[in-house]
Amino acid sequence: MHSMKKVIGSIEFGILSPQEIRKMSAAEITVPDTYSEDGYPIDGGLMDRRLGVIDPNLRCETCGANYKECPGHFGHIELARPVIHVGFAKTIYRILESTCRECGRIRLTDEEIEEYMTKFNVNEARKSEIDALVTEVYKKARERMVCPHCGAPQYQIKFERPTIYWEIRRDEEGNEYRHRMMPSEIRDRLEKIPDKDLPLLGLDPEKSRPEWMVLTVLPVPPVTVRPSITLESGIRAEDDLTHKLVDIIRINARLKQNIEAGAPQLIIEDLWDLLQYHVTTYFDNETSGIPPAKHKSGRPLKTLAQRLKGKEGRFRKNLSGKRVNFSARTVISPDPMISINEVGVPLVVAMELTVPEKVTEFNIEKLRKMILNGPEKYPGANYVIDPQGRRIRLMESNKENIANMLDIGWTVERHLLDGDIVLFNRQPSLHRMSIMAHRVRVMPYKTFRLNLAVCPPYNADFDGDEMNLHVPQTEEAQAEARILMEVQNHILSPRYGGPIIGGIQDHISGGYLLTREGSYFTKYEVEQMLMFAGVDVKELPKPDKVENGIEYWSGKTIFSLLLPKDLTIWYRNKLCDDPSQCEPIEKLIEEKLVPSEEEIRKVATDGFVYIHNGKLLSGAIDKKAYGREDGKILDIIVREYGVERARQFLDQVTKLAIWVITHKGFTTGIDDEDLPDEAKARIREIIMEAEKKVQRLIEAYKNGELEPLPGKTLEETLESKIMAVLSEARDNAGKVAEKYLGMNNHTVIMAKTGARGKILNITQMAAMLGQQSIRGKRLYRGYRNRVLSHFKPGDLGARAKGFIVNSYKSGLSPQEYFFHAMGGREGLVDTAVRTAQSGYMQRRLINALQDLKVDYDGTVRDPTGIIVQFRYGEDGVDPMKSWGGKTVDVDRVIMRTLIKIREKG
Amino acid sequence: MVSSSTIKTLVESKASNLPERIKEELLDKLLTYNEKYKLKKAEIEAIIDEVVSEYEKALIEPGEAVGTVTAQSIGEPSTQMTLNTFHYAGVAEINVTLGLPRIIEIVDARKNPSTPIMTVYLDEEHRYDPEKAREVARRIEGTTLESLARSMTLDILNMEFVVDVDPERLEKSGLTMEKIQAKLERSFKSAEIEVDGNTLIIRMKKAKGVSTLRRLADKVKKHRLKGLSGVGKTIIRKEGDEYVIYTEGSNFKQVLKVPGVDPTRTRTNNIHEIAEVLGIEAARNAIIEEITRTMQEQGLEVDVRHIMLVADMMTLDGVVRPIGRHGVVGTKASVLARAAFEITVQHLLQAAERGEVDPLNGVVENVLIGQPVPVGTGIVRLAMKLPIKKSIEE
Repeated sequence: MHSMKKVIGSIEFGILSPQEIRKMSAAEITVPDTYSEDGYPIDGGLMDRRLGVIDPNLRCETCGANYKECPGHFGHIELARPVIHVGFAKTIYRILESTCRECGRIRLTDEEIEEYMTKFNVNEARKSEIDALVTEVYKKARERMVCPHCGAPQYQIKFERPTIYWEIRRDEEGNEYRHRMMPSEIRDRLEKIPDKDLPLLGLDPEKSRPEWMVLTVLPVPPVTVRPSITLESGIRAEDDLTHKLVDIIRINARLKQNIEAGAPQLIIEDLWDLLQYHVTTYFDNETSGIPPAKHKSGRPLKTLAQRLKGKEGRFRKNLSGKRVNFSARTVISPDPMISINEVGVPLVVAMELTVPEKVTEFNIEKLRKMILNGPEKYPGANYVIDPQGRRIRLMESNKENIANMLDIGWTVERHLLDGDIVLFNRQPSLHRMSIMAHRVRVMPYKTFRLNLAVCPPYNADFDGDEMNLHVPQTEEAQAEARILMEVQNHILSPRYGGPIIGGIQDHISGGYLLTREGSYFTKYEVEQMLMFAGVDVKELPKPDKVENGIEYWSGKTIFSLLLPKDLTIWYRNKLCDDPSQCEPIEKLIEEKLVPSEEEIRKVATDGFVYIHNGKLLSGAIDKKAYGREDGKILDIIVREYGVERARQFLDQVTKLAIWVITHKGFTTGIDDEDLPDEAKARIREIIMEAEKKVQRLIEAYKNGELEPLPGKTLEETLESKIMAVLSEARDNAGKVAEKYLGMNNHTVIMAKTGARGKILNITQMAAMLGQQSIRGKRLYRGYRNRVLSHFKPGDLGARAKGFIVNSYKSGLSPQEYFFHAMGGREGLVDTAVRTAQSGYMQRRLINALQDLKVDYDGTVRDPTGIIVQFRYGEDGVDPMKSWGGKTVDVDRVIMRTLIKIREKG
Repeated sequence: MVSSSTIKTLVESKASNLPERIKEELLDKLLTYNEKYKLKKAEIEAIIDEVVSEYEKALIEPGEAVGTVTAQSIGEPSTQMTLNTFHYAGVAEINVTLGLPRIIEIVDARKNPSTPIMTVYLDEEHRYDPEKAREVARRIEGTTLESLARSMTLDILNMEFVVDVDPERLEKSGLTMEKIQAKLERSFKSAEIEVDGNTLIIRMKKAKGVSTLRRLADKVKKHRLKGLSGVGKTIIRKEGDEYVIYTEGSNFKQVLKVPGVDPTRTRTNNIHEIAEVLGIEAARNAIIEEITRTMQEQGLEVDVRHIMLVADMMTLDGVVRPIGRHGVVGTKASVLARAAFEITVQHLLQAAERGEVDPLNGVVENVLIGQPVPVGTGIVRLAMKLPIKKSIEE
């Protein structure tokens, strides 16, 4: 078990020589058939037992192992005549053009050879330089029409895709004629090239002699590479590669026969070309210039190149991405009661997924009990591994026996237990927060449960989303997951250095309801909510007020119980829409640094949060407190008190908010958008005015009085002016609506605190939808010169081109409804196109950058050791730990330290 | 109250390993806070210590896969970007590609961006006077007959191309009919040009078919009469107290030579031009600036450090390389890494031909063969004598 792991140090690439192919071959394949009638592989056929076996009843004749252990062995086909390897056809052309047809030397003078040799040696490891040098040599050598070494005249060579070469020769009279160069002739020429010239042609004399690009022997891949499958009907279906190989063997045999029989040259050449075709399509069935080989059904065959290529090919499908065991996938649903770093795992899943646990003297009793429970009873175990490394499946029949045998040194694959670490993932995995480690909570029912605060990093909702779960199987993996990947380590995003996990929606509305001015709770309520939130307080603080003998606590006091005891912070929040309200308190704090509570109370306002030593003295909680992206309090807690404290804070604060919102009641309905008649009248007025203005603009345009804006045509000027008028109209209507809807309106609370929606959404529901647009322009497509047949052709008015005067509440007219659908469609199309484009861009970025890492010396290097940055990001700071991008938030540090010191002394 | 010189020496001695920028900021802030709160020496010392410790806490850890994080940090928000071409913030008259298409354009290092734009700043003499600014703009603005014409007709009967020039625009451009005639005559030897008031009549010297006339007309229409090649219309805007010229199209090399232009501040959004004229370091900054601006315009926050890394990777070799198969990925040292990205088969064949050796020190290669990757926790190399038990017994 503890043997040193073998590590692959490097992989060498090269071309197989005929000798090598024969050497590694286990059998020569000569029979163009697979199985005999009785179902056994034919000797010398393509399914020869010496190439390995796929049948469970047979044994490999080369290594003697059965189908599970035998890796397969290569065979070979002796080709009657050499053929070109398509993949190298272009290289062969290049080599032919740059070497002498008589002596085989490269067509460069000795001085040039020396010069280029040094250049090659200098740039050894730089691919782009080598590429450039190879083409340079090629261009130079091709121009030489007389060999500088033997003085033989050279002829031009024409290359006809994919595998035909012509030499343009001259007879005695100087007439040009074309000579077809057959592969054997090409091979002869390539053989003549001396080893010392090869590096200049971009070849390696050891690993890739040019004549090996012309095949005389074809390797036959092992049976395991091309297994035949038995259909339900009992008919065997062969792999595409086998089909192709059958073709090759068949033609090869015919060619051999004809040669031996001394058939006319023409027939031999035809068969030769046919062999070339089959070998070509065997390598690449999408070679341009020749028709693809097809299956009987008409489907093009998937040959070697097709197996490797593209998204579904070996590289991207099987090698870059691998399928794994110990994983689960199911629908997700929310659970506000579990912590953000937990995940609810259904019992059935927990009984299927296992964690290998080594038996020690400390856990042997626990594990024995689990073995006795077996695979059917939770918490049990599914397999045990004995010290010899044998995996034994636990069953009802053997579990008692195994429990008795259990000893230190065994491993038990036990069911998932509460507290186990697992990885949780939702696709598309666009950033590292798409896979985070959670702790298991085994639960009834069949969905994964997750806390709502972790929805944003996964970009998850519960309209049917599914997520994946993986169980790390080794201690190393579990430790890494625990230390690096747990949810609380990812509260701050490395993208912008601010929280990406935070309270959402009701967490924020609830926080506002709790902490706004005038929000008080009785002792019973306070006890209830603190219990619910899981806040451990020994003693309640003093009540904030006593009315009629009843004690009341303000929401701010309760909220303060969750904060670290020495937290001091102040900021303007989203509710501060009038700066003059917040200025006095801001000034007071900045002047005094440590103002007394009474002073603060006098100037306290909902729009300005002031927390002093863990006491919320002013301001209401909104998105800026612990929301994602701009949660200041959360941000500070993560940085100054650590991730564990932040997790605790987030868990408690969200639960507290939920208690408040459920017990105070928070709902929104159609009457939230009710406007008084005067407001409606005012909005109508605004619309009328806007339409009038538009009419005036159109009139001016028609009379030619409109002044074109610089760089714009008259029409564009008119359009932009109309757009301006109409968008102003909507803004004004929105302002009217906003004026009549106050902070006791739930939609307004949501919009203003940043819990959900924007003021614009309220405007659209209550006042009007405004202008619909496609590509930033008013709607214009549809009928000739009009969008809908309900309008006159050429009508430039507001309503004819997509201006909607109704609100969602008042209801849209049919025309407006259609306009709205037009605008909506653009959004849908946009999203669809965008995902494809940005997906490809991200793939390219990842591929280009993924090897970069910070070295121990603080430099950023690529895998070859080239320095990309001398200091990461010029200051060496991790963007996740930076203060919203800044290296250090000097202001915050100064204030923090200063206050701490001044308070003491 | 501590004197400013004391603060300075304190900062110098205690915060020596802070980056210059932060040190300066700290000193600055300490001085202002000192004015305000009358700091004591102990307080200043405590503050400096705190800042240094905060900085050290924020340092990146060795092995961090910064490349992957960067790629994700730019890729992930790009799903939220718009596809639309919007108007340039500030200059409504010029269209500029923004959002995702612009980001793609930058990382692709396209030779010709779809909407090249120059922002031309003017020198001391020209920048405050709108008239003088216009004068410079006229030198830059590419004027064609098309842009001056009120109407253009192809008279097939008389085999003429008749252009009616707008006198107002003509005056604005600073050209005269005579100049146009002279210019066109010089460029189109096969054509005969006649001027009649504000009308320009173009005839073929040797009458050929209508299609030749039409081809000639197209050429004449687009022929640059004035200004820099590649530059279209210009817009003059007042920014602060100076006038700035925005141009559609870009010809950075030439515009810097135009009298009246302040070459130190003038800029273009064509990264290749910047690389060519100002050098690769400037191109790197241009990439950073363009990506940052595009992201900001979309309301997406991305740390500059990520953008810097992309820019550094693109400009590493002294030329601007695209992120993709013809650039950064295509020239990777590892065969497997290239094969796993695109054009798999050709890369493998070429590797065989060259006899390349893949040393397997990148991420993809090790994923392919199923070994731990050499980033993050994978960079740790630990030699351990096994079994451990024995040594304890000894």
